[in-house]
Amino acid sequence: MSTVVKSLNRAMHELLEDPRVVFLGEDILDPYGGAFKVAKGLSTQFPERVITTPIAEAGFVGIAAGMAMRGMRPIVEIMFGDFLMLTADQILNHIAKYRWMYNDQVEVPIVIRAAMGGRRGYGPTHSQSVEKHFLGMPGIVILAPSPFHDPGSLLKTATLDDSRPVLFIENKLMYSRALKNEADGNCGDFSIRKTDSEYTTVSLSYDTFQSADVTIVAYGGMAELAVEAAEMLMIEEEIFAEVIIPSSIKPLDYDPIIASLERSQKLVVCEEASKAAGWGSEVISRITKDHFGLLKSAPQHVGALEFPIANTVTLEEKILPQVKDIFDAAISK
Amino acid sequence: MSKNDTFQEKLYRQMFLIRHFEERLLELFSEGAFFGTTHCYIGQEANAVAIINQLTDKDIVFSNHRCHGHFLTYSDKPELLYGELMGRSTGVVGGRGGSQHICYNNFYTNGIQGGIMPAATGMAFAEKIKKSGAIATVFIGDGTLGQGVVYESLNMASLWDVPVLVVVENNRWAQSSRVENELAGSMVKRGEAFGIDSGEIDSTDAEELYAHFTPIIEKVRREQRPHFEVIHTYRLCHHSKSDDARPKDEVERYRENEPLPKMRERLKASTAEAIESDVKKRIAEAIAWAREQPFPELQKTELV
Repeated sequence: MSTVVKSLNRAMHELLEDPRVVFLGEDILDPYGGAFKVAKGLSTQFPERVITTPIAEAGFVGIAAGMAMRGMRPIVEIMFGDFLMLTADQILNHIAKYRWMYNDQVEVPIVIRAAMGGRRGYGPTHSQSVEKHFLGMPGIVILAPSPFHDPGSLLKTATLDDSRPVLFIENKLMYSRALKNEADGNCGDFSIRKTDSEYTTVSLSYDTFQSADVTIVAYGGMAELAVEAAEMLMIEEEIFAEVIIPSSIKPLDYDPIIASLERSQKLVVCEEASKAAGWGSEVISRITKDHFGLLKSAPQHVGALEFPIANTVTLEEKILPQVKDIFDAAISK
Repeated sequence: MSKNDTFQEKLYRQMFLIRHFEERLLELFSEGAFFGTTHCYIGQEANAVAIINQLTDKDIVFSNHRCHGHFLTYSDKPELLYGELMGRSTGVVGGRGGSQHICYNNFYTNGIQGGIMPAATGMAFAEKIKKSGAIATVFIGDGTLGQGVVYESLNMASLWDVPVLVVVENNRWAQSSRVENELAGSMVKRGEAFGIDSGEIDSTDAEELYAHFTPIIEKVRREQRPHFEVIHTYRLCHHSKSDDARPKDEVERYRENEPLPKMRERLKASTAEAIESDVKKRIAEAIAWAREQPFPELQKTELV
């Protein structure tokens, strides 16, 4: 059974066969192999180009950017995504700007992988989903694989085929999850559709995309929760949900969402981060502005409460969005 | 640049080009020919010519907000920099970057203090991995020594044997703050603490600085290791424009030691005058050219 972490680890092995690829991060050498084991085996096989770094996120992300501008294809691992904030200046004022600011004379093909998300009891500074703070930075792409995509293949495309800087958000809880296999246009009890693009969006339907009562949009770690909510909605309320799971949250392909809304006319957008100024706010704003006529009720936004993420599980569960929250949003009038 | 210049004439011509470029720039600012602000290098010209003349075409230079002297020595293209400062589409980066965000061949600048240190280190590291033989030189100032990312970069440059030359131009003032108010301890020991060969020189003499840097540059290239060198100098102009609150007598005291007359007195007066007249003509032509250039259009891009 392949899992998200196995898929990423295999892709990393394949990527490092390319002499332009270098991999930098904290504690990535064997036998430890990185905090979440995506790096397992890499330093043994590619000792020259797997470089363990000091605890200096801004420094090594900036160094990788310099390498990217001189023909390398660096991949950087941020052990806990929360630490991305330490690299915010390098990303905002350097990496995201160089290409356009230098009149398209350079490219910065860097991939910054970050383990994100909570539900593991790591507390306020090791559980966040901070990607929303990077959504407003022109010049970067933000990808978020899920078990419904092929995470390894996304990573390979981002590293070798994309000349733009990419933030690659890996939900921690997702690492050990089995990849969701599709066969004959089905994924479990759902019909599945995938957009034909480099960073595909997955759409799931209980009713072969004929009709739907609600469109639930979710990415990364929220994808499986959204699917669970869709199952509950079907069983308990006979509500047909379609679940839209983009792998690229910036830029976001709105077409699959709009196509689903034409059937459902009801929108629920989910994210694990707190809702204020979040990804969901952006999606809802955009849909409401451009496709107001498609909505028959107010769009719903599911996300964390405006608190730091507590260490204790009883509080963490209350703060982070749960399946029930998606369910409630979907049946709201 | 004249092919027939002696070494001393070349250094003087380059320094006079930087000086006259910026003097005209400041005059034209008051006429409204430019947008925004600018950071001049007046008084520090000897550093740029002493170092950049010794680099190869493959080598990388990463400069900062105060980049005119470095750029003009590197490129000898005053018209492109005027065009950029006037925001024209044929400027160094098409009017997108302005005074402190430019890129020309292997020359780069950015406007965040210290943020350029990792990029320069990474570039030198990449060139080492590619075995191109190129090294990187990064210019920072005394004020930038306050930034943490400088030390993250020095640490990794030393750990990973990166061929990067870090030049600290200590012009003794960070905007309006005296170096004594913003820097504790020693500058040189900051490099030494990371096991990096480090040194310092107090000079505004371009020839002396040139000779000082010859073995340093050669060593960075040969040993494929970083080096950290402090030049004690002085900024004779304001930080950007009209923001100079420094004591006048201090500025005047340093003016007696400024780099241009020092080099001029080693030339025949008639030679120096000929160089000055040539440079003034070039600068006038560069300004005239830049003024005629079109403003850029906002083009659709793949930016996301």
